[in-house]
Amino acid sequence: MPPRPLPQLEQINAEIFTLTYGSIVRQLIADFEDLDEVNKQLDQMGYNIGVRLVDEFLAKSKMGRCSSFREAAEVVGRQAFPMFLNVAANVTNWNTDGTECSLILADNPLADFVELPEEYKGELRYSGLLCGVIRGALEMVNMDVDARFVQDMLRGDEVYEIRLRLKEHRAEAFPFKDDD
Amino acid sequence: PRQRRRCAEVCNDLLVAEAASLFTQRQYGPAAPAALEAVGFRVGRQLAERYSRDKARLGDTLEVIKFVCKDFWQAVFRKQVDNLKTNHRGIFVLQDHSFRWLLRLAPTAPLADGARAEAQARAAQPYLHLPCGIIRGALTHLGVNCTVEADARALPSCSFTIKITA
Repeated sequence: MPPRPLPQLEQINAEIFTLTYGSIVRQLIADFEDLDEVNKQLDQMGYNIGVRLVDEFLAKSKMGRCSSFREAAEVVGRQAFPMFLNVAANVTNWNTDGTECSLILADNPLADFVELPEEYKGELRYSGLLCGVIRGALEMVNMDVDARFVQDMLRGDEVYEIRLRLKEHRAEAFPFKDDD
Repeated sequence: PRQRRRCAEVCNDLLVAEAASLFTQRQYGPAAPAALEAVGFRVGRQLAERYSRDKARLGDTLEVIKFVCKDFWQAVFRKQVDNLKTNHRGIFVLQDHSFRWLLRLAPTAPLADGARAEAQARAAQPYLHLPCGIIRGALTHLGVNCTVEADARALPSCSFTIKITA
């Protein structure tokens, strides 16, 4: 796919977004006291954001629908991440049938200024919001995916790696029946 | 120095909107207004620390409020406060004629009909706890203890009443 210029969206200082996210995570930990539940809430919040963000993306990028999961993953990593967060994600580690890949980020704005206390390192998926966003956005273009962090710099890994797995690529459903 | 990182405004708009509905819908923990205010309070404190770092020490309450109306408001809400009023007895009213964080909810012109304006203000209420917390957090960091309440009956205009609590 030839690279195309990214549309310019209104920009803000990312620290406002980053600190707000961090404060939400802290509040959820205080309220729920159960990291599993916190992970679920972050993923759900991301999903709801992804469902809405995809419209913004399609409108601004003027792109057509992706025909394959391969193409969609490239668009997420190479266009959507830079457009919204000003960082790119490399798409690699494809499995042979093209249904699984990894998004590799060397830099993650959500994690700026963040240091996880030791007791959270095991269970808390701090940046899980991003997985929810991807899942929600791709569901809107008929691709049901699993998304989860398999490497996380906040937990001492070298990079951030989000593993994507395509569960189903649904056919476009038309909102009417052609029966007469 | 490292260049300040930027991101698309829509990311933050959707995040704060989702936070408002998450805390409003969840079943346990503190009530939504308190939780969202607490979320904002921490953010306001941290942002005020960053944005006032290069400033000479701010003096009295009025000087702090003016800093929040100008520099802080510009950095966070992308414009300055349009109007500042005070009764000189510890109450300040900050009016922003086009409050950026509520623009997605706002009609293009204020509603003339009082009942509809009331309904609109009620609908906006869940989205105001977080900004109120941000403002209170910033003021507290700068040494001004207060309460902050918002009135959104004339969206896109929004006013914030700050009561100094000594």
